[in-house]
Formats: sequence, C-alpha cells, structure tokens
Amino acid sequence: MLHPGAWWLWALSLGTAATRTTNPLLLTLLISASAYVVAAHRTPAPWSRSYTAFAKLALAVLLVRVVFAVALGSPIPGTHTLVTLPEVPLPHWAQGIRLGGRVTAEAVVFAAYDGLKIATLLICVGAANALASPTRLLKSLPGALYEAGVAVVVALTFAPHLIADVQRLRAARRLRGRPDRGLRGLLQVGLPVLEGALQRSVALAAAMESRGYGRTAEVPAPVRRTTAALTLGGLLGVCAGTYGLLTAEGGTYGIPVLLAGVAAALAGLRLGGRRSLRTRYRPDPWGLRAWLVTGSGVAVAALLTLASVRDPQALNPGVVPLVAPTLPLWPAAAVLLALLPAFVVPKEPW
Amino acid sequence: MIRFEDVSVTYDGADRPTVAGVDFEVPEGELVLLAGPSGVGKSTVLGAVSGLVPHFTGGTLRGRVTVAGRDTRTHQPRELADVVGTVGQDPLAHFVTDTVEDELAYGMESLGLAPEVMRRRVEETLDLLGLAGLRNRPIATLSGGQRQRVAIGSVLTPHPRVLVLDEPTSALDPAAAEEVLAVLQRLVHDLGTTILLAEHRLERVIHYADRIVLLPAPGAAPVTGTPPEVMAVSPVHPPVVALGRLAGWSPLPLTVRDARRHAPELRARLRATPTLTATSGRAAGGADRAAAEAAPTRQPSPLTAADSRAGGAVRVGDGGDPRSSGAEGRGVAAGRRRQASPVSAGGNPPRRSLFRRRTPSAGPVPPPASSSDLAEVRSLSVRREHGDALRQVHLTVPPGETVALMGRNGAGKSTLLNSLAGVVAPSAGTVSVRGVVPHRTPPRDLVRHVGLVPQDPRDLLYADTVAAECTAADHDAGATPGTCRALVSELLPDVADATHPRDLSEGQCLALALAVVLTARPPLILLDEPTRGLDYAAKARLVAVLRGLAAKGHAIVLATHDVELAAELAHRVVLLAEGEVIADGPTAEIVVSSPSFAPQVTKVLAPQQWLTVSEIREALG
Repeated sequence: MLHPGAWWLWALSLGTAATRTTNPLLLTLLISASAYVVAAHRTPAPWSRSYTAFAKLALAVLLVRVVFAVALGSPIPGTHTLVTLPEVPLPHWAQGIRLGGRVTAEAVVFAAYDGLKIATLLICVGAANALASPTRLLKSLPGALYEAGVAVVVALTFAPHLIADVQRLRAARRLRGRPDRGLRGLLQVGLPVLEGALQRSVALAAAMESRGYGRTAEVPAPVRRTTAALTLGGLLGVCAGTYGLLTAEGGTYGIPVLLAGVAAALAGLRLGGRRSLRTRYRPDPWGLRAWLVTGSGVAVAALLTLASVRDPQALNPGVVPLVAPTLPLWPAAAVLLALLPAFVVPKEPW
Repeated sequence: MIRFEDVSVTYDGADRPTVAGVDFEVPEGELVLLAGPSGVGKSTVLGAVSGLVPHFTGGTLRGRVTVAGRDTRTHQPRELADVVGTVGQDPLAHFVTDTVEDELAYGMESLGLAPEVMRRRVEETLDLLGLAGLRNRPIATLSGGQRQRVAIGSVLTPHPRVLVLDEPTSALDPAAAEEVLAVLQRLVHDLGTTILLAEHRLERVIHYADRIVLLPAPGAAPVTGTPPEVMAVSPVHPPVVALGRLAGWSPLPLTVRDARRHAPELRARLRATPTLTATSGRAAGGADRAAAEAAPTRQPSPLTAADSRAGGAVRVGDGGDPRSSGAEGRGVAAGRRRQASPVSAGGNPPRRSLFRRRTPSAGPVPPPASSSDLAEVRSLSVRREHGDALRQVHLTVPPGETVALMGRNGAGKSTLLNSLAGVVAPSAGTVSVRGVVPHRTPPRDLVRHVGLVPQDPRDLLYADTVAAECTAADHDAGATPGTCRALVSELLPDVADATHPRDLSEGQCLALALAVVLTARPPLILLDEPTRGLDYAAKARLVAVLRGLAAKGHAIVLATHDVELAAELAHRVVLLAEGEVIADGPTAEIVVSSPSFAPQVTKVLAPQQWLTVSEIREALG
C-alpha cells in the first residue's frame, strides 16, 4: 500500500502545474497522464468511481464557462465574429452587463482555454480521490486533530448518502402515483430525505460512542495548561504574523512572528495528542516509492512554474491575435514525468 | 456479568415508563434471548446495557444496571466500550470506516491497543468469522450477511466480555442467518463471551439460547427462565412450539429434532383423518407421502409424485373461481418439471433436479401466455454496474394467486418486484401488467394496475398525520374521498387520525402503507420483505389481510426470507439465485424439498407434507 498522502501530493502538484499554463496541448497532456495513472492503479472500490464523476463535473465546468462567455460577452477584444446574438436591452443600473451581442472567436477560445485549466484542476482532485480515499488520509492526521477529522469525513460521506436517499424516495413517489421527475418532486422529498440523513447521523454517532470514540486519557493539569497556552498563543502568532506580512509597515516583524506562531501551534498539537489514547492499525509506511511518487508530482509543478516564468509565450498562447498553440518541447517532457507512478508503484492486490 | 436491578426507563415526554420492573441477571458465558412482541422495549433494555440509554438517548433510568461490575450511571458508553460490544439493527449505520479490515481495527484503535495486538486480533477475527477473503473489500460492496458478520467482528476485536445484538438475523436469508448464529454459538462456547440478543424470529435462535427473558407487554415486568419454561407461557413463539402446544407434547419441544421424537404419534393421527384430504390439496399430498412412507420402498414412484402435484392443482381449483387460471399455470409448471425429472430419477428423489443450476442454453421454457394472466414477465434481464441483477427471467401471475419470491440476499428479488412496478427499466425482455408496460406508464395511471410496498414502508409516507396521508392517497389515486381512511380503519382499527406516521410501530406502518397502495385498487400487489421487524401477532394480522385480498381476486407477489410466511400464504414459490429463476412451482413442492426453505412444521412431520400449524389445527378438528 502506498501512503495515501503521496497520491494526494502527486495529484495536487499536477493541479498546481495546471494553474501555470493555459496551453490546451499541455493541459490535455496533463489530463492524459493523470488518467493513465488512475487507470493503471485504481481498484474496483466505490470511491474509485469518483474519477468519472469528477471528469463529468470538469466537462460541465468547461461548458458553462464557454456558454457564459457566449451569452454574457467577454472583455477580450476580437475581430473574428462568429455569430451575432440578439442583444437584450438592459436598464441603466445594470450597466456593464451585456446579454447577447457579438460572439468572437477570440472570446470563445479564451473561455475554452480558461475552462480547460479549471477542468484539469478538478480532474486532478478526482484522481486523488480515486487513488486514495480521503478516509485513508485520516489515518495520518496527528492524534489531537483525529476527532475533528472524523467529523469531516463523516460529513463528506453525507452527500453520497443523501443522493442515494433522494433517488430512493423519488422512486417511492412513483409508487404513490405522483410524477417522479421535475423540481416539485425533488422539493417534496426534501424533508423526508433530511429526516433520514439526520436519523442516520444519530445512529452513527451512537455506534461510534459505544465503540469508544472520544475516550481520553488523564493528562496532568500542567500539561493541559501548556497545551492550551501553546495552541492559543500559536494561533494568535499566526494571525499577527499574517497581518504583518500583508500590511505595508509590518514588513520586518511579519515573517518571524508567523514562524514562531506556527511552531507554537505545532507544539501545542503535539502535546494535545497526549490526551488521545488512539493507536494506529497498520499505518501506511512512507517509503522510497512514496518519495518517488511525490517527487514526480512536485517536479512537474516546479518545472512548469519555471517554464511559465522563462517562456510565458509558449505556456499561455495568445488569443489576440488568434494563433494556433504550439507544444513547447521541454515543458511537455516535464509533464510526462507525472507518469512515473504508473511504473514504480505495484498494483494493489484485490 | 450483566445485572439489572429494578430498572425502569421513562423517555422524555412519555407519560409512563417504556420498561419497568426489569430485574434479572445474565451470568458469564451465557447466551440470553430477549423476546417479546414489538414495542415492549427490547431495544431500550439492550441500550441500557451499553449505556446508550440514557446517556445518549435521553430519558430517566431508575434502578441500577451494572456490566462486569461497572455501573452505567457513572460510566459513559465510551468507557464501557472495552467490556460491551453493541451491534444495532442496521449494520450499515454502524460502520465508521470503509473497508473490512479498517472496520475491524477501529474499535481497538479507539481503545489504544498496541499495534502488534491489533494486528494479531484482526487476523484472528477474520478467521473466526470467515472474513479472510473479504479483508480488503469496501463495506459498501458486501452482501447483507457479510455486513452483519463484519459488524459483529468489529465489536469482537476489542475482546468485549459482553455482546449485545439487536435483531442480528432479521434482514438475512435463512443461510446467512445460520452463518451468523453459528458464529455467536462459537463465541459462547469457545471464548466464554456473554451474549444478550433480541430477535423476532424465534425459530432461528431459540435453540441457541440458555435462558430467555420475556417482556410480555409494554411496561410489564419480564419473565425469566429456561426456554421451555418461558415458551409454555409466551405470547410470541415459533411454529414448532405452537405445534407442540397444539399436540400437547411435554416437555415442550424447542427444536425440530426434539419435536420429531414426538412426531410419529402425530403423523399417525393425521394419517387417520383422511376425510379432510378432499378439501385440502396439501393434505392430499401429505396422504400420498404417508402412503409412500408406508410402502416398502422409500423412493417415491413417479406416479405418486405426479398425483400429489395434481392434488396441489386441484386444491387451488377448489379455492375459488378467480383461481382456476392459476391452476392452469401451475399445471404447466408441473408438467415442465415432470419432463425434467427423468434426468435425476436414478437414486435421487425427482424434485432434487429443481435445485440444479440450469445452463443458459437449457433455460426455462416460457410457459404459454394465458390471456387471463395479470402480469407477465418474459426473458427479463436487468443489467447493473456490477453485472446482471436479473437474467432471462420468466414469470406469470394469474389473478387471485399469491406468489412468494425467495432466495439469497441479492438474488434479484427486489429488482424483479421493482421491474413489475416500473421503478426499474428492463435491459432486455418485456414486462407487462394487464397489458401495460410499467416503466413507460405515467405513475398516475400505473397505480391503478400495480402497487408496491417497498422494503421500508416509511418511504411511501410523507404526511404529518395519518389523516393527511389518507387524503393525499385519495387524491393521488383519484379515489373518492374517504376510501383510504376506510381501508386504514379496516387494517388498523385503533389508530387515531392525528397520529404521526413516525410514531407507528413497524407493523402499523406496513398496514398504513398497504392501505395507501390499496386505495387505487390495483389488481396486482407487490410486497418487498413485508415481515421484517414484525412480531408473530403482527405477522398473523398481515397474513389474514393478504389472504382476504387474494380471495377478492388480487394477485400478490411478495419477496421474503420468511419461510413460515411463504408457507402460510403462498400458492406458488419462485426461487431465485444470481438473478435466475431456479425453481417455480406449488409451495408444498418447492419448500418441502429444500433444507433451508422448509418451514419447521414440514421438517417435523416429513415425509408427510404439511406446511403450517393452522393446517394441522384444521386437520385435527
């Protein structure tokens, strides 16, 4: 088993790389690389299906972005008019908003590039979900944060259950002789669905409670007080430090205060972990392969960032004037590094 | 190990205690069964052991509950987690993680056991419960029986000294239930675990129990004793006990094996009542079997078998006019089997061939369509993400007939019902109900042809009060106002208009949902697992209602794991396995030949073919 954190770092690095470019060829290459790795390593587990779900979502985002650009116009000046839509006259208070009007090729292409960038980002998150379920990440949280983490994960599984409930209850509406489609049907099942979700949450809470969730160890009072002081002080330090960094005058004290705050907060977390009795069952080891996978992702992100600084023309192909994007050679080669996990990680037994 | 000292529990807002005067002790290493009609507070008593009542549920607990010497008043449920393991009614609500192995480890992680200990215990538990092959599987992909075993395993790993289980086998098919109960018995015998469990299906668990705590009525003090003592007075009892009480056997038998020791005498008495065989086809079959038993050869001759089938068909013909077409359909089915029987004629009884998996090429021949058939399913296949839910299924349902669909969890029973109700669209093949295609018919029209009561009848109920629910049902069905309320009064005599559907018991909810469905007067009624969570009394009421509907000419198809219910109600049983129909024929014939689907009365009185206690009662006069 590869450490789930390695998969998430790899996928999020690819996402970071995607934000550095709008070149559709590079973005498609990134999507293909992530898809190849997912195809090679995903299991038949239910969460592996999230890749498809995220891909659909990405496509939807891309389409919405383009449709908006067409319908609402775009600030991109263009000369190649594709079609002129009838423009809806708007009252003067809606100045600056346009409905319909001229649609230029430049505006559409720009929107498509931009949409593809967001779509790639989403697909990378989907890849992370498919390769390592968020619950597995939870095992690696520090003890003090574990309980909060469980709450987050339970909340995450809330949505899929809710969707299943809606489907079941809409089918039941059909049995009552009411139409099972349309917004009205959805609204009428709303209350029973929420009720069901609430009941399930309470049942889960009861089960967790009776299985020892939230058992705490006796911690001496001084340790408790130190923990509280460190955590609170640390958080205050982080706030003050960030403020210092962002304001013009505080340039000198910003960074040291921020660092001190982070250190204090981390120490507080570590001490806080003493309250928790929890032990870990078969923690995922962080081995050579995890380094390789993370390294390949980070390398892609770093190289594309470097490329975007040194050769912004190739990574952000211009739309005014409209030119065909070219594939810059060495950034493309860098993206191919993302394929490394497909070869170095053994397939999980199933 | 568990001690209740004069415990009473009053929930907030209730005017009287849910349970009162509970005073008993469960010694270490015993399996104690908590029995009683639904709504007497069994779950409350179980919750008090783990401390969830009253710490989690609220309410006031008087008296004292101690578990392994720890008082639940001063210990939170989480502080009892190392001595008490609790599995609730719905295992899905119990799971915190998403794979089997992590789930088994979760409880131990919370208790802070050392990693080496956890590793060892997970492996031991995987072996103990036969889950080794499933260790990496996501829980969402497991079957009902597997989930129940994982839920039990997940509370076993911290090595609790007490295990508390609320209806562990209610949702399971007979084989999966056996699997779970075998595990429990092993825990009691090998590890000395103390088990307290509540279960409606007493016939499944009673012979494992060392003692029974009976809660006879809401708020009444429990009766404690050995199983024979308690069963002699219990309002809830399995069919074998009912048979024993009817025949006056003493000591009262609790198992089929005990009862069979008394059975020869009863079989002789039943053989001596031949006059009744003319009115009861099942009894006629029984007489034939009796003849076969008396004959020197144990192997039933093909002629006898054919005769008993003919007897089965005659009985249905006698049952009333609307059923005559049913007899025809069954005659065809029997004919099909008669063709198949020579294959296995050597040595085995002919009916064994029913349980052989048919190869797709030699799949069941669709019976010729009869114009009077209410519902017809031809070559139906339904494809799902993980493979086929149904494969090449044929089924016809004539008016007035009750058909029981049986088979393992996940065999495709619900999918078949859902396709008949138009909730699931077929991937191939056709479904028609009175000439309409269910999934293409607007719901408003469909309700007049077919009505389905889903597994959880609460899914059908939306309104705040019973009265509002009835008004809505009249409106949905286009019936004259008051139709639904009249049906509710008939099925549920003592329910007030202002009651919230959520406050109804399982049985009452089912009755209300059934009334809602019946408002549109559909000639075909489908029920999915109707007896889940029902006690024997509620089940008897349901049987009476459904029999009345069948007599009025409604066709009923029910999917069930409850062999006793199928024996009571069904004219015909259809067995499904892996999405295919593997047997289709008269109830007597199908269930008698199957070790897991035979009702208790049949097992006791074999080789005579009796199915239910009421048949015996009738035969003895």
